[in-house]
Amino acid sequence: MSDSQAAVPHHDGLHNPALLHHFATEEQQRDSASFGMWIFLATEVMFFGGLFCAYLIYRRWYFGDFAAASKSINAALGATNTAVLICSSLTVVLAIWAAQTARRGLMILMLVLTMLFGVAFLGIKGIEYKDKFEEHHVPGVSFSFDHQQIPGHPDQYANPQHAQIFFALYFIMTGLHALHMVVGLGIFTWLLWMAWKGRFTPHYHTPLEIGGLYWHFVDIVWIYLFPLLYLIDRHP
Amino acid sequence: MFDNFPLWPQRASSMAGNVDALFIFLLIVSGLMTLLIFTAIIYFAARYRYRKGVPAEQIEGSIPLELSWSLIPLGVFMVIFAWGAVVYFKGRTPPRDSTEVYVVAKQWMWKLEHAEGQREINELHVPVGRDVKLIMTSQDVIHSFFVPAFRMKQDVLPGRYTVAWFHATKPGTYHLFCAEYCGTQHSGMIGSIVVMEPAQYEAWMSGGTGGPLSATGEKIFAELGCVTCHRSDTQGRGPNLQGVFGKPVQLEDGRMLTADENYVRESILDPGAKVVKGFKPVMPTFQGLVSEEQLNALVAYVKSQSQPGAGVAKANAAVTAPEGAPGKGNQVQ
Amino acid sequence: MATATVPSVERENYLNKHYGVESWLLTTDHKRIALLYLISITFFFFIGGFFALLIRLELLTPASDLVQADTYNKLFTMHGQVMVFFFLIPSIPAVLGNFLIPLMIGAKDLAFPRVNLLSWYLYIIGGIMMVHCMLTGGVDTGWTFYTPFSTAFSNTKVIEAGLAIFVAGFSSILTGLNFVVTIHRMRAPGLTWSRLPLFVWAHYATSIIQILGTPVVAITLVLVVAERSLHLGIFDPKLGGDPLLFQHLFWFYSHPAVYIMILPSMGVVTEIIACFSRKRIFGYSFVALSSIAIAVFGFLVWAHHMFVAGISVYAALIFSLLSYSVAVPSAVKVFNWTATLYKGSIRYDAPMLYAFGFLGLFTMGGLTGLFLAALGVDVHVTDTYFVIAHFHYIMVGGALMGYLGGMHFWWPKISGKLYPEGWARLAALIVFIGFNLTFFPQFILGYLGMPRRYADYSHMPEFQILNVFSTAGSTVLGVGYLLPMIYFLWSMRYGKPAPDNPWNAAGLEWKTPSPPTTYNFEEEPVVTWEAYNYDEIDKGHKEEVHVVG
Repeated sequence: MSDSQAAVPHHDGLHNPALLHHFATEEQQRDSASFGMWIFLATEVMFFGGLFCAYLIYRRWYFGDFAAASKSINAALGATNTAVLICSSLTVVLAIWAAQTARRGLMILMLVLTMLFGVAFLGIKGIEYKDKFEEHHVPGVSFSFDHQQIPGHPDQYANPQHAQIFFALYFIMTGLHALHMVVGLGIFTWLLWMAWKGRFTPHYHTPLEIGGLYWHFVDIVWIYLFPLLYLIDRHP
Repeated sequence: MFDNFPLWPQRASSMAGNVDALFIFLLIVSGLMTLLIFTAIIYFAARYRYRKGVPAEQIEGSIPLELSWSLIPLGVFMVIFAWGAVVYFKGRTPPRDSTEVYVVAKQWMWKLEHAEGQREINELHVPVGRDVKLIMTSQDVIHSFFVPAFRMKQDVLPGRYTVAWFHATKPGTYHLFCAEYCGTQHSGMIGSIVVMEPAQYEAWMSGGTGGPLSATGEKIFAELGCVTCHRSDTQGRGPNLQGVFGKPVQLEDGRMLTADENYVRESILDPGAKVVKGFKPVMPTFQGLVSEEQLNALVAYVKSQSQPGAGVAKANAAVTAPEGAPGKGNQVQ
Repeated sequence: MATATVPSVERENYLNKHYGVESWLLTTDHKRIALLYLISITFFFFIGGFFALLIRLELLTPASDLVQADTYNKLFTMHGQVMVFFFLIPSIPAVLGNFLIPLMIGAKDLAFPRVNLLSWYLYIIGGIMMVHCMLTGGVDTGWTFYTPFSTAFSNTKVIEAGLAIFVAGFSSILTGLNFVVTIHRMRAPGLTWSRLPLFVWAHYATSIIQILGTPVVAITLVLVVAERSLHLGIFDPKLGGDPLLFQHLFWFYSHPAVYIMILPSMGVVTEIIACFSRKRIFGYSFVALSSIAIAVFGFLVWAHHMFVAGISVYAALIFSLLSYSVAVPSAVKVFNWTATLYKGSIRYDAPMLYAFGFLGLFTMGGLTGLFLAALGVDVHVTDTYFVIAHFHYIMVGGALMGYLGGMHFWWPKISGKLYPEGWARLAALIVFIGFNLTFFPQFILGYLGMPRRYADYSHMPEFQILNVFSTAGSTVLGVGYLLPMIYFLWSMRYGKPAPDNPWNAAGLEWKTPSPPTTYNFEEEPVVTWEAYNYDEIDKGHKEEVHVVG
């Protein structure tokens, strides 16, 4: 992570221990760290962008098959996960606010809550994956998607090959997203440890801010993934 | 000496002259630009070489100069672009009444099948002075059909048809290369195009085959039972295929498209993808049941059903030459 | 070469401050990391060069007699992958950019020194994976990994090569990220954007491409690896996928990647030309902005690699048009460099000879690009040796000439030693001649129709004479590349100590000692002058004698 050097204090006793030797001022250091994270997120947008591009092309080509495949995913679990992630973003913001207003206890509580939401998200995701595995919807040799009706076309079955492309994209996209969540949990474990040690003050809490930026980004990716993967051609 | 050391490729198609003309224009333009830049660099480097006591003269820049050396090249580039686009469009648009050859590429050979039924491997015989349209597909990876003497190249993709055409102007034997890397024996995937005088070509064609491709297609059409649904009246469960090819089709979801080779192909392999309006998606897929060659024959048959006066008998003769085109006389069977 | 007073006692500098393997492998000093990169990319350069030499030797005769076709296919694949991903892309940015950007902008280091070290480690991990892949059988897909060949047909180590490049890609991303933040946030007081050396501008543009392009090829390689191992169907037409989608995604990065290779080289050449003609760069802002224009337009032209791949004629039309738009800023640069020479005071030291070489070869490479962007001609010459010649003129003629020029120009600063000038000029000449002898015949071969990636042309003996020229040239070129490595190594031990500013060049990097100290500047410099203020510098150094020739 681009914020990692902020972790190591230099105890030369002359200035703020968190200020690294090669920065002139704390402001320069803070600006650099958060700017670095924004640039990193631009990279991430392009990383997921390639997948979204593939998704959109195949969705246009094989709309009915995608809709049928999408229908087989548990949208209730997906919606729950969306809510969980939105709550976690809120707790991240509250943690930063707590740091700014010197409420260490609240900050720690909020960080713990954020991580709990994160773990809950991954747990629910795991249930979804397990269901898909049992239904033989995981692409590969044992994949099977026979006789699944295309929504709105009762006499038409989805082409299993095209549905397999949907599930391939589903697993790669949500899998990469989950991987980002795991990395996020790692970052937050470290932030929690820093908070516990009392490193964050109203004056200095850059790691918290840019760790939060990352977390929000991962949430936003989900905000796009959820409707695109779970809600194709669904009607109440 | 120049037999073994050519500096210019043979020119044997109607496109070759067009491409060469643009290429020569580009050579002149870039030659002049190179000359201009190199002369300036060499002259400045010599004229303004370091001399003791003669300092460099500082020049900030010049907007008029910047504009002129951006806009003038841009203008030249646009001429090249437009010229290139015209040549490209000509090379990409097969004339209407071309002779058709179906090409199936595989690691590492070319299988060529004339609409009249002749089959060849790594060798294609064509008459001089006639438009030949290639309808190409691959059985495995991406290949590319490249005939340098015709200045023609088109990638051949698995799972779909790509189309190319040429009009040979000079009898002779020319290289056919695979130009898209396709595996171990890529450099062995070569062949030749034999361009013959019409009379010779007639003689070659009369060598005898199992009949035209569309007739083969008709046989397969019957064997696979297609004919039970695609009847020649309006009572079938599938659309009547007479007169469909090359015409616009309205799909069940409201889209319109033209029934071309790729559409016929897709409808055989993935019938549910684009169902014609008014029909139910009841047709089973034939993916894995028909080979690329059989598919080509089926496509040729469906095409023959749209030739003018497409009776079953007449269709065979009319495959390559609709509306009394000059090609018709060449159907020696 | 200019002379100046040289300190007799060795000062403390970044090279001698610490000793030991650990002080190098755990360093966060951008200058030491640059040297780590220098050693590692040189290693890969010679591996890639060795493959190239074998390719040329095989093509000396029409039959595939030196190596079998399958070996030949692996050779050109790994030549491409090693040279592109493990040499050219990191070459100038990771070595010269890493070393010089903080010095040029008056910073003590890059913004994220540890991330910088992490980049090198990622590069090395990727590199080790690549070497392992080569040693255990290699890969034969062509560096382009075209599907479905790579995903369903090749039975070589595609997954391992893909993952190696994936990892190395993140090294490139992090380098770009570090540069952008550093250039934005770490400039010395007074060093405004319009006073930045054009080298820095070029690297800024490069970094944008690295940040926005590399992740796309990374995800594409993930898809290839997933597809190959699980047969998902994303790129396989047999399973409903689209092989052209792969080509779009691949070239979306791999075309801009060409600019990752050439833009830094343009930056180097700009510095050299200004210094050795003792002049302000003609049209500074046009040269600066053309770098950005190249980076931006570079993202809009990828499908010009696919004119015969089966894309629609209208798409081809648009991409051809846009390709010409990226040619304009390149032309603007060439004209501005040429105009900078006008009324200069030009000396022909080795770096300048490399810069002249760059100008010549880049001009020819650029102009032949016009041929390839012209739709009608591209149909004939794409996938032939014409393309090979064209991109080698850009990426070897251009990028590598710039790299070598830069290495000579800044070698005194990097090593604290002077290289032997006579040998360096000789090497520049040999490289230029060897290069043209190797690659010019390939333009003719390409127009004649010789397809690329052919192990065997025994049915086309008419191609042999030109291939013999090319192979002969490649041995000359090989000598030309070996020479600098030998005399650079020699100079580290036996070279004369370099003065702080041997060229009397402008730029903050020359205000530091040679070699610089670990933190570059004792005090934060304040910049009050424009870039390339050679008039002021030369006024101050009137009394100095320049030895020419």
